[in-house]
Amino acid sequence: MVTLMKTLNIKLLRDFKRLWPQALAISLVVACGVATLILSVGTYRSLEETRRTYYERYGFASIFATATRAPSSISRKIGRIPGVMSFEARVVEPALLDIPGMIEPAAGQVISIPDRKAPTLNRLYLQAGRLPDPDKRNEVVVSANFAREHGFQSGSTFAGTLAGRRITFQITGLALSPEFIYATGPGDLVPDNRRFAVIWMRQKQLSALTDLDGAFNSISVSLLPGASQEAVIDALDKNLAPYGGTGAYGRKDQISHAFLDSELQQLSAMARVIPPIFLFVSAFLVNMVLSRLIALEREQIGLLKALGYGRWTIASHYMKLVLVIAIIGVVIGFGAGTWLGNGLTVLYADFFNFPFLIFQRNVDVYLLAAGVSVAAAALGGLRSVHSAIRLPAAAAMRPAAPPLYRRESSVGRFFSTMVSQLTVMSFRHLVRWPLRSGFAILGSSLAVALLVTAMFTSGSVDSLIDTIYFRTERQDAGIIFNPAQSTSAVFAARQLPGVLSAEPYRTMKVELSNGHFNRRLVIIGKPKNMRLSRILNLDLVPVNLPPSGLVLSQRVAQQLNAKRGDVITIKLLEEGWHEARVPVVDIIQSYLGLNAYMDITALDRISRIGPRRSGINVELDSAKLEEIYSAIKSLPAVTSITLQASSLKKFRETVEKNISIMTTVYVVLAVIIAFGVVYNSARVQLSERARELASLRVLGFTRNEVSMVLVVELAVVALLAQPLGWLLGYGFSWAVIRGFQNDLFRLPFVVETSAYGWSSITVLSASIFSSLIVLARVRHLDMVRVLKTKE
Amino acid sequence: MGAKVVFKIENLTKTYHTGDVDIHALHGASATLYEDEITVMLGPSGSGKSTFLNIIGGLDTATSGQVLFKNTDISHADEYELTRFRRHHVGFVFQFYNLIPSLTARENVSLVTEISINPFSPEDALSMVGLEDRMDHFPAQLSGGEQQRVAIARAIAKNPAVLLCDEPTGALDSKTGRLVLEALTRINDDLGTTIAIISHNASIQQLAHRTFYFADGEIIREEINDRRLAPAEIEW
Repeated sequence: MVTLMKTLNIKLLRDFKRLWPQALAISLVVACGVATLILSVGTYRSLEETRRTYYERYGFASIFATATRAPSSISRKIGRIPGVMSFEARVVEPALLDIPGMIEPAAGQVISIPDRKAPTLNRLYLQAGRLPDPDKRNEVVVSANFAREHGFQSGSTFAGTLAGRRITFQITGLALSPEFIYATGPGDLVPDNRRFAVIWMRQKQLSALTDLDGAFNSISVSLLPGASQEAVIDALDKNLAPYGGTGAYGRKDQISHAFLDSELQQLSAMARVIPPIFLFVSAFLVNMVLSRLIALEREQIGLLKALGYGRWTIASHYMKLVLVIAIIGVVIGFGAGTWLGNGLTVLYADFFNFPFLIFQRNVDVYLLAAGVSVAAAALGGLRSVHSAIRLPAAAAMRPAAPPLYRRESSVGRFFSTMVSQLTVMSFRHLVRWPLRSGFAILGSSLAVALLVTAMFTSGSVDSLIDTIYFRTERQDAGIIFNPAQSTSAVFAARQLPGVLSAEPYRTMKVELSNGHFNRRLVIIGKPKNMRLSRILNLDLVPVNLPPSGLVLSQRVAQQLNAKRGDVITIKLLEEGWHEARVPVVDIIQSYLGLNAYMDITALDRISRIGPRRSGINVELDSAKLEEIYSAIKSLPAVTSITLQASSLKKFRETVEKNISIMTTVYVVLAVIIAFGVVYNSARVQLSERARELASLRVLGFTRNEVSMVLVVELAVVALLAQPLGWLLGYGFSWAVIRGFQNDLFRLPFVVETSAYGWSSITVLSASIFSSLIVLARVRHLDMVRVLKTKE
Repeated sequence: MGAKVVFKIENLTKTYHTGDVDIHALHGASATLYEDEITVMLGPSGSGKSTFLNIIGGLDTATSGQVLFKNTDISHADEYELTRFRRHHVGFVFQFYNLIPSLTARENVSLVTEISINPFSPEDALSMVGLEDRMDHFPAQLSGGEQQRVAIARAIAKNPAVLLCDEPTGALDSKTGRLVLEALTRINDDLGTTIAIISHNASIQQLAHRTFYFADGEIIREEINDRRLAPAEIEW
């Protein structure tokens, strides 16, 4: 028996050698499933583990709160709130930076660190240099990426305006912080290391500069295990309300954390959607190829049985072939998945500021990937193997009966009189094996769907850009005051050189409540007849703000369960939490953040402190940029500036890089699916029909005419796969958009015709290429040999 | 012998190279086939009959020698010319029928009539082999003899100059085999088609005008049959 098994293994080896292109095409599909699973799960875990470890080692806080000016004694009271483990009271102040070589100002956020010790929470990872000397003025540590972008090192200096004072910052070190893993400046959608800096200064120095001696305006808190976050937030709010507290929030509203969450969410969605596609396709391909192999080896199987081989020996012989194919796929997938996973993790490290990366390469992901892939392939092979062992030995030795075809319905009959007999052959063959044809169509359509899903993003992002930068926020720059100024500041700003027009706005931190639904956000007050910064209704048409009442973005309305006419309670967090009741007058579209709007004078009316302006949006004379920037840099009330053109440029750069990487990966995946499906379908077809095709050659049909029989069938499958692929792609894209919806941003759902077009062109090209490889074999059909033998 | 020559074959050789071995399937076979005649080719396996038939039918090319079809040399024709030659002038019948399983009897015949210059209608061709009642059946619904007769109808539907049959009754019992031979002789009688039949069965020569005996890649003897029998009279 041992020698018999050995002989069968030799047969297996030779079968594999003969079938290698088909086997490899299937192995590659298996490899894609394994690789995408390892890529998504592995990267998810690496990213999450890196973030968790970073948070733990560097004491990332759980709750954050700000105030205008709270005495230090309050912080000790906060430390006694049940559930609070530790806290860090500090001063946080925006700054406008004047960087050598940059005509436009950069934005900085200056944060205090304790004088004689390391912070208890949100500790710094010092990448180079030392912490500032508490007794030396203006010494700072700056965010490492900002320093790198400008070539700053310990000892470098740069100027800025902090709390109305011109200061020359002395860099003593470069650092990273768990609070700023993803760090965006004011008005930016993606990090721009050139224009945004986080600056850490000793408490003593910063308090002195900001007149906050013995006080704080920001506090972070960590919780004891099992403590209630809501209870602590409530207690914090109560303690800070008298001091201009604007409401504490947890990690989910902390921008850096929330952004990482949305990235992790996408990775886990990828893990759930993409690998199953490949598992399905590989199972189908194994089934198709093995069924054909077993049909061809029917007589050999009969012979083996006649020789005394058992059913299980025969079954395991064919299963071994499936296993070899699956295992080769798994090995390629392991390599590709690990490589791509490392690449993606490093890419993330580039985008997010981590001091270290923890590559999670847990054995269980690999085992899971290998297990499900082998199982899917085995499942695909099961039916054909079952049919092989079921055959009685004598029946297996006789050739199979020719396949029975049936006449079509009257419509089909009419059709068959309209076309050539060659075309009739193609269609009858397709219809004769409906399940196989159906799966081939579905398989190819999944390749199209994957591409549509990859390519629609660029249409959606274009629409996002168009909406934000060209229809909504059309100003050249936004000048932000801190604190908010009286209306006279607006007149002063209008007088600046090069300012062509200006529109003031007012922001107010509030809590909106509708019944038991509530949400903290910022209401933006805008003037009548907005020309620069506008709002768009649900059809993306610019609308004016009504003279009174509240306008909510769709997402806020959903979260508050509010509709037009509902009266909302507004709690003004910056003004002692007093309340006003205002009706909802309109619901509008917005893709960024959580927004509510009011007419600026209506907002002034509900404020107890009267009219204030938080900033102005300006249209600039592009010839006078240098002049205006230098004027802004010297304005004491201006703490930051948003620049639409730079912001858009950075956003485009970042998104385009991400999209092009993603599209490349998806194109490779889709081509592998399309190739796997079409190549194997064509090979199986050719094998099944070699005899028919040789007969046609004998009857005097040319090679091209004979090839058309295969081409028509492949073309019908490929063409039917397109609309199905578009439909599936539309569905996948919609699911992706749904997955993208969060409080930070939403993507509009726009699938451009070109996404469908390019997806189809790519898949059809791969299909044509794989068909051509197979069609070349029609040239080598041996008419005489085929016709002289029984099938 | 006033009959017109259809094929004049001279000194045909064919050598196959398989691996390290050269197989001389034909060396120096010469023969002439005449219009209106049935020629039977007899000989043991490997004597070169099929190779000979394949070469004159344009399925294969000779290593050397000459094949003149109606005074045109086809031994140096290229792939395209051979395809045209088969399409318009030659009908083939094989042992294993080689029908297209997805086409009905009528459609199998239409396959050929669609590309021929002066074909019979598929219905007429099927009537000639006695299958007028089975025209809309698929191959899987026909018996072996019926399938072979569809193959004959398909071969003659183009009204070929020559019908080449390689073991047409090889897979059939004697009763069904006779039906097939009857169809062939009727076509020869009615249409005057030149027919060449390869067989292992020596008794088939009784219905032929002429018999070639093959051995070791050569035609060693040619006999003319003055007393032809009808298929029904042949002792199988």
